[in-house]
Amino acid sequence: MTINQLSIFIENKQGTLLQVLDLLKKAGIQLIATNLADTVEYGILRIICSDPQKAYEALKGEGVAVAMTEVFAVEIDNEAGRGADAIASFVNKGVSIAYLYSFIVDGKGILIFRTDNPELAAEAISNDGLCTLTEQDLSSLV
Amino acid sequence: MNIESPYFHPDMETLSRPEIEALQLHRLQQTVQHCMQSPFYREQFKQCGLHPEDIRTLDDLRRIPFTTKQDLRDTYPFGIASVPLEKCVRLHSSSGTTGNPTVILHTQADLDAWAEALARCLWMVGLRPSDVFQNSSGYGMFTGGLGFQYAAERVGMLTVPAAAGNTKRQIKFITDFGTTALHAIPSYAARLYEVMKAEGIDPRRDTRLRVLAIGAEPHSEEQRRRIEEMLGVKAYNSFGMSEMCGPGVAFECTEQNGMHIWEDYYIVEIVDPDTLEPLPDGEVGELVLTTLRREAMPLLRYRTRDLTRIIPGTCPCGRQHKRLDRMKGRSDDMIILKGVNIFPVQIERILLQFPQLTSEYLITLDTADDNDTMLVEVELQEFFTDDYGLLEKLTKEIQQRLRDEILVTPRVRLVPPGSLPRQEGKAVRVKDLRKKY
Repeated sequence: MTINQLSIFIENKQGTLLQVLDLLKKAGIQLIATNLADTVEYGILRIICSDPQKAYEALKGEGVAVAMTEVFAVEIDNEAGRGADAIASFVNKGVSIAYLYSFIVDGKGILIFRTDNPELAAEAISNDGLCTLTEQDLSSLV
Repeated sequence: MNIESPYFHPDMETLSRPEIEALQLHRLQQTVQHCMQSPFYREQFKQCGLHPEDIRTLDDLRRIPFTTKQDLRDTYPFGIASVPLEKCVRLHSSSGTTGNPTVILHTQADLDAWAEALARCLWMVGLRPSDVFQNSSGYGMFTGGLGFQYAAERVGMLTVPAAAGNTKRQIKFITDFGTTALHAIPSYAARLYEVMKAEGIDPRRDTRLRVLAIGAEPHSEEQRRRIEEMLGVKAYNSFGMSEMCGPGVAFECTEQNGMHIWEDYYIVEIVDPDTLEPLPDGEVGELVLTTLRREAMPLLRYRTRDLTRIIPGTCPCGRQHKRLDRMKGRSDDMIILKGVNIFPVQIERILLQFPQLTSEYLITLDTADDNDTMLVEVELQEFFTDDYGLLEKLTKEIQQRLRDEILVTPRVRLVPPGSLPRQEGKAVRVKDLRKKY
């Protein structure tokens, strides 16, 4: 039920983000969503992309500190309040969200999030009939 | 040579304490007599009114003035020699980055004695003629090159003078020639492993490596254990310095608990670096060495600047030659930060207790608002989590443990694997950018 996300450890130095993105460009990888928070010493760049396995290998081969992480991609209707409804399903089950980012594509909202309890999250998704996206679904977006 | 024997020099390695001391007195008397041929020592003796006949017991050693590195520089190049130059066959010289270089002269007898001393060390850790010895030291002026070359040949091993650098070729030699023993500085041993890993070579499966001689660079017990674990070898500490020929002054036996200093070659003293008073066994101070078998350039009470201690008690291996603890560092390496004395090795010892980190680190000292600051950059072994909280917790834990050890709180920065500079020579662990007033 989860999809692969790339998590990349980058130094908080000018040019490091571009280095990573250039490698993905060379490998012909298309980005779907990215997230990077501002911290003092380092950053973790999180990427949903067209071909996570290929992207992982391209980065790993160049010695980039990259990890493949599993996240959920939940699709919601593009209407006010649907995000709150989706999160409520998880909170009611006692699932806590480690981080979340979202984007809109083809008139649908997509929530990408990670939790420390994926089994429980999967249960919440089935019980409440939430729609999750697979990697194929995502690749077909690009 | 009986390959079953644990000793390369059974007569010297099995001496009792009284026998060692009797031999030392005899050789000290000869050495002091011989030093009368040195213009430098003749002048020294004259100034303190010392005659060679005054040396009647080992305690009389203390009547002899210390010799310092500065003395070697002041008499550059040949002023301390006790033989005419035509009797010398080789010289080694230090780099001279901080002044005149120092020059050490050798007669053929000196070179033979040196090779014998280091061959004794290699034999002690179980190396035999059937072993293949690869030396990754720089050849040339650096004594780790030719020193190990001649010693390994003296043991009878096939000896590969691979020399420093070119890590991929180094690894090819190890696999192609069936290298069983390697001499490397500790940071380079770690580097070899990284490159092997990247090339898909498993040192345990794909090489015959079993013994590593490590030295020339201060390192912690944690670093040694990690190298042993990485390469699947036993790593033995080696101690030497060009002023004392080079490697072979002291070496660990298979107990791996302190380095036996060959007391038929040297008289060892540990002194308080400030008062220069001798310290009892077990206390840390400056290592002072007197050569007993040198022809070209005997050195009396040479202040090495290395800080260490003599490990009290006797070694289970049976050798009565005293054991030096690993070097705490050179008194020159000591960092003084906010008035606190810190050795980089103390920091390394803590960092290597974290399995999440590689053995690379970089300490940067700087000034901010007229205060000393310390930044410790540490490398993640691999990127194991994308949770900021866990990374933050790791950083805090490292910082806390460092604070407990060195009593100041450094800034700790995690950096990605492979991002700190690797050196093929001695590792540079400290950058001091502080304003000098």
